[in-house]
Amino acid sequence: MTARDRILRRLRSAGVEALPPPVLPAAFRVGGALPGEAPVDALRRNLEGAQAVVVDARAGDWRAELARICAARGVRSLLLPPGFALAPWPEGPALRRFDRPIEEFKTSLFEDTDAGLTVAGCAIADTGTLVHADPAGQPRTLSLVPPIHFCLLDPRRLHGSLADAIAAEGWAAPMPSNLVFVSGPSKTADIQQTLAYGAHGPKELYVLLAEAPAGPGE
Amino acid sequence: MQSALNFHRDARAVVGNPVLRAGFRGAMDFLMAKRAAQFPDEGAFAELRAAGEAIRRYSLARLPDLLEQLERNLTANGIRVHWAETPEEACALIIEITAKAGGKLVVKGKSMVSEEVELNHALAGAGIDALESDMGEYIVQLAGERPSHIIMPAIHKTKEEIARLFAEKVPGVDYTDSVDALIQIGRRVLRDKFRETKVGLSGVNVAVAETGTLCLVENEGNGRMCTTVPEVHVAITGIEKVVEKLAHVPPLMTLLTRSATGQAVTTYFNWISGPRRPGELDGPREVHLVLVDNGRSGAYADPRFRATLQCIRCGACMNHCPVYTRIGGHAYGTTYPGPIGKIISPHLLGLEATAPLVTASSLCGACGEVCPVKIPIPDLLIRLRQQSQGNAASPLIPGAGAGRKRLMATAMGLWSRLYGDPGLYRLFAWVATRFRFLAPSRQGAWTDSRAPLKPAARTLGERMADRR
Repeated sequence: MTARDRILRRLRSAGVEALPPPVLPAAFRVGGALPGEAPVDALRRNLEGAQAVVVDARAGDWRAELARICAARGVRSLLLPPGFALAPWPEGPALRRFDRPIEEFKTSLFEDTDAGLTVAGCAIADTGTLVHADPAGQPRTLSLVPPIHFCLLDPRRLHGSLADAIAAEGWAAPMPSNLVFVSGPSKTADIQQTLAYGAHGPKELYVLLAEAPAGPGE
Repeated sequence: MQSALNFHRDARAVVGNPVLRAGFRGAMDFLMAKRAAQFPDEGAFAELRAAGEAIRRYSLARLPDLLEQLERNLTANGIRVHWAETPEEACALIIEITAKAGGKLVVKGKSMVSEEVELNHALAGAGIDALESDMGEYIVQLAGERPSHIIMPAIHKTKEEIARLFAEKVPGVDYTDSVDALIQIGRRVLRDKFRETKVGLSGVNVAVAETGTLCLVENEGNGRMCTTVPEVHVAITGIEKVVEKLAHVPPLMTLLTRSATGQAVTTYFNWISGPRRPGELDGPREVHLVLVDNGRSGAYADPRFRATLQCIRCGACMNHCPVYTRIGGHAYGTTYPGPIGKIISPHLLGLEATAPLVTASSLCGACGEVCPVKIPIPDLLIRLRQQSQGNAASPLIPGAGAGRKRLMATAMGLWSRLYGDPGLYRLFAWVATRFRFLAPSRQGAWTDSRAPLKPAARTLGERMADRR
């Protein structure tokens, strides 16, 4: 008999009776997010509360905004998702694409990539959360390893709450190999409860709101 | 395993150390205020908490079925599932996985279960280095210590101590007590390790049976590094951490982050449902899950001790505990300190090693009041005391009766007889009031800091009779 069988047998021998399924509070049911604030305002407030910078580029050109921030922050190299074309690109850092397996360029990814750009699949307003649900199109480390993270978000892809997102996005059938939620720059308060940013992930997060930003293969 | 048998000695040492006392007091006040700010509406909190409890109880009631469903779906997703009854088995499994991957180093995200099974020690025995990558855990490991809090591992250290530690132990680092600079030093050291290591290890905050998903919440990004960059990701968790549905995750994680650090949400929420798939350019090639029992099925067997397994490891009970606040986490001598540690540890280690812990409570009830999944911690402490004294109808825990002392048992037996018989009680009360002058002025530990106890001049019965 294996460890598995012995553990399961002990648990079964307790003879526990089933309980009725839990009833979730309204805020955790689909459509239960608190009304009042416009979702995009809530998203913005929550992200800014977590030290992210939100740039609304819906009326203008998000590429110009991106180039402006890159210049201001001294970004020399920007890593793009696979197949992502950033054109027209006014002038700015050297562009590279995440178009090979990570093993083939780990050193340059870790050591000389100043910033990464991702396109969020959707976002969650009531927690200020950017969702990356497509690990093939948006490699996991793109939002993690470079010290600055730029994230493009189409605000029309906004859900009120996580419960809404789970129901609407149909992740469960089947789940992506990795679903990553980002709600701010990396941080820690492990030394004397003093907040410090850029613990292991990006120190800075810029969220660019743009309708129909350039997609893969544009 | 450190032993809780030195509990009294170790607790006394902390109580006499003003720096540690001030550190813990300050940190606990900070965490309590942050949590309180996240639950401004008592009604909403009560509703959310009831849901948290219901989800955990529902999941535990179906635990064996959910574990099988989880295993099935994880396997279908390409995640290999391993089962360990004991800490030794868990460590052996992880050593085997690491060896097969040709790894000489395991970089670890935060995992209390890995502390519980003493994984670092076992890896060292097999010639494999273990490196903690959570900033607090890294500091504690560098100092050769253990975490003193399950959420804030280095809560017992001042920034000056950490500055001295880094200057001494990290090559090429000068003394700086700027928190930002210290964090950047840790970042630089660990970044190289994330890149180099073949094996990364993490815990699991909750596992979802219906989809075969491992959920991890964190702020630093080290958890994502450990689970994303190396070729092999090994997750380790207790068998109790499973829920049935994705919809059960949001309420539990909201309760967890609000209760633990007073955050509505953590920076990262990482849902792992498999290794790198064709067409993906990063992510681990292999993902393993090690499910650890280590006494949990023993707690599960008893309908009341089962509630111990509802725990989501937020640490709110220790943040609000008057005992923890005064003695910190190390004095307990167990992996899990504070109130939750007092009720879990006897199941993991037996009562011989943990009997002093179950009495180290004033039963003030703060832990039970703040618990986001309503574990009745004070009730369970009383039940553990009965087990420890050998007074329970049946011994349910290894080492039952270990806390029994003859003097205490005799005194309590006498007390029980006096209070169970009205005639004897009246006689006792009459003698005690008339001979009150015989009450000793020194009454052991009681009179170290309090006035001696002395019976009243007249019994309560006599005074009540006067009133009529």
